[in-house]
Amino acid sequence: MKGRSFLSTANLSPAELQQLLSLSQNYCDVNNNHRLLPHKLLRGKMIAPLFFEASTRTKVSFERAARNLGADLVDLQIGASSIIKGESVLETARTLQAMAIDALVVRHASSGLPAFLADNLHIPVINAGDGWHEHPTQALLDLLTISQEFGSFAGLNVLFLGDIRHSRVARSNLFAMQTLGIKVRMAGPPTLVPPEMKALGAEIVRDIDQAAAEADVVYLLRIQWERQQSGFVSSLSEYSKLYGMDEERLALLQSHAILLHPGPANVGVELSAAAYAWPRSRIEAQVNNGVAARMAVLHWLLAGD
Amino acid sequence: MEQLIRGGTVLDPSQNLNGRFDILVKNGQIAAIAADIPATGCLVLDAADKIVIPGLIDLHTHLREPGGEAKETVETGSLAAAAGGFTGITAMPNTNPVLDDPRKISELLALAARAGHVRVWPVGALTKGSAGKELAELALMQRAGARAFTDDGRGVADAFLTRNAMLYCQALGVPFFEHCEDESLAGKGQLHEGVVAAKLGLPGITKSAETVMLARDLILAKETGCRLHIMHLSCQEAAEMICCAKAAGVSVTAEVTPHHLLLTEDAADGYNTNAKMKPPLRTADDTAALCKSLADGIIDAVATDHAPHTEIEKTGDFNSAPFGIVGLETAFPLLYTHLVQTGRLSLMQLVERMSTRPAAILGVPGGTLRPGAAADLVIIDTTAAWVIDRHAFFSKGKNSPFHGWTVYGVPALTMVGGRVVMKNNRIG
Repeated sequence: MKGRSFLSTANLSPAELQQLLSLSQNYCDVNNNHRLLPHKLLRGKMIAPLFFEASTRTKVSFERAARNLGADLVDLQIGASSIIKGESVLETARTLQAMAIDALVVRHASSGLPAFLADNLHIPVINAGDGWHEHPTQALLDLLTISQEFGSFAGLNVLFLGDIRHSRVARSNLFAMQTLGIKVRMAGPPTLVPPEMKALGAEIVRDIDQAAAEADVVYLLRIQWERQQSGFVSSLSEYSKLYGMDEERLALLQSHAILLHPGPANVGVELSAAAYAWPRSRIEAQVNNGVAARMAVLHWLLAGD
Repeated sequence: MEQLIRGGTVLDPSQNLNGRFDILVKNGQIAAIAADIPATGCLVLDAADKIVIPGLIDLHTHLREPGGEAKETVETGSLAAAAGGFTGITAMPNTNPVLDDPRKISELLALAARAGHVRVWPVGALTKGSAGKELAELALMQRAGARAFTDDGRGVADAFLTRNAMLYCQALGVPFFEHCEDESLAGKGQLHEGVVAAKLGLPGITKSAETVMLARDLILAKETGCRLHIMHLSCQEAAEMICCAKAAGVSVTAEVTPHHLLLTEDAADGYNTNAKMKPPLRTADDTAALCKSLADGIIDAVATDHAPHTEIEKTGDFNSAPFGIVGLETAFPLLYTHLVQTGRLSLMQLVERMSTRPAAILGVPGGTLRPGAAADLVIIDTTAAWVIDRHAFFSKGKNSPFHGWTVYGVPALTMVGGRVVMKNNRIG
């Protein structure tokens, strides 16, 4: 009997997304009121985080989410080596499965690796970020943050700004947001915005100031300094001037607009210190919502077996 | 003993022959083609309701031996060839070690002779170790039996070295086979830079990675007079460039694989590693353009780029799986079904592109049923359906994206030099 996995937002229906968001909001209320859950839903379950890429917030928030629900965690010491290939990861995963682990939470640098594991295992696999492909729990926590702000999704206008090409956050959000009727726009350096994103449903825009002025949500993506080395951008300072969120650009935003960032943010590159601390920045709310969203996913996959 | 292939519809592009004929085979050669040859004293091979064509010739086969025997051997690769209707195949040099000196060419030919199923023509490396740094001993390899040269698996990045290799090939009268790929553009690309790559979050390979090197090679071939053969064209733009170059008098030929004719990037969706190869599968516009160019003769030949890998290598995440798929056992039936039966190519054209023309490009005998020629031929069953089952391949490589496809035009009998090497999928 094959368990359901959580690999992508692309195949989630509007009803499933709403169900996950409503579960997330419930857990968010519980967490924020420091209430204890009346019973530990996942008592006796064992979850193994397999992080082959460095992560602080995602890993910690998954662990926190699992503990909140009463599940136990296997503490695996994996050297953060992204070069471990699918076949060897599967070997490890099969070992864990044989020891009656109930679910795997996987982060890996190779796009599609969690899906490959899910195809070859009967326990659920949760994608905690695979290469440039997807980061579906991030999208869920982002949507939770947006819904807390706006109440509903239809007709909202979200602008993703920055390194779209290498962003699993942008992809997972794009797929989920389309399902929920959100208009998605993308902008960034010409080398980092694949034109194919249009075929996947996003509108690619060139005039960033105008797009920012029209947006309900401006989502800044992290730019990695390696992009400079590999020829995608000339310098982080040029990047910051052209695509960063500074005071001038902040002034263009609508009064109800909010700012998101998946973290960790390069303050001074994709956003200024003022933007980070801007009253309508919801970057800390995102972190806070991460635990609740991941509790919702664990609940959705594992409760009631 | 004389053999009579009786009652088949004989198609031979080399003589523009298309009709009901009997073929008399004597001493390993075609002795006569005529209507109603008396069967006195002959072993009769019944070809009634079937089609008889010259044996197929593959310009692009990876036999993996030496060094890659878990993927394929000369023995299993030649059996796969025979099962697919090929009477002659090439052996690409990207083995371990690389076929880059005359001794290794001789050793490969010895392996082929021991297997003895089909003819094997080695293709030597252009540069030592195919490392793209120093010219290999092209003239000595030719004497040992190499019929063409290539660094396949990669292109020759250095333009000066490419030009020098072309001058040698021109002087030796052998074709220069190019794998067009500019590695600075292809980078770590895994599939076509298109919608599927964007969706799956995988690095793409642009068409320019292919056409930039192609443009350079066409210029150098014009300048040196070298006979240039472009392997595995994948896109419309490349076919258009070949068309222009031919019009400008460049001595260039080109091949296309069945998968680039029939599949698009969509085949890789869901991280299907059996749709991962170089160059990558492109778009529907490209497959349409490639089919048309093949019909127009802009593209000269079909070649399989048969690239077997083990199951374990192809099972894994997309990024770690090796490039390449098998093709020998499925090429003809796939194209018969999807190009001939759909009216996009005549059967005569398909046979010309898979037999007569490849023989001419490689400069080897074959591709003809003329009296006096070696009796290398195939009897094709056009009526029986075959559901492709990758697990039943003679090849060790099971990495086919065509598993489960229903096809027609299956080889019923393959004859090499008058000897039946495969009959109804059984070794002769």
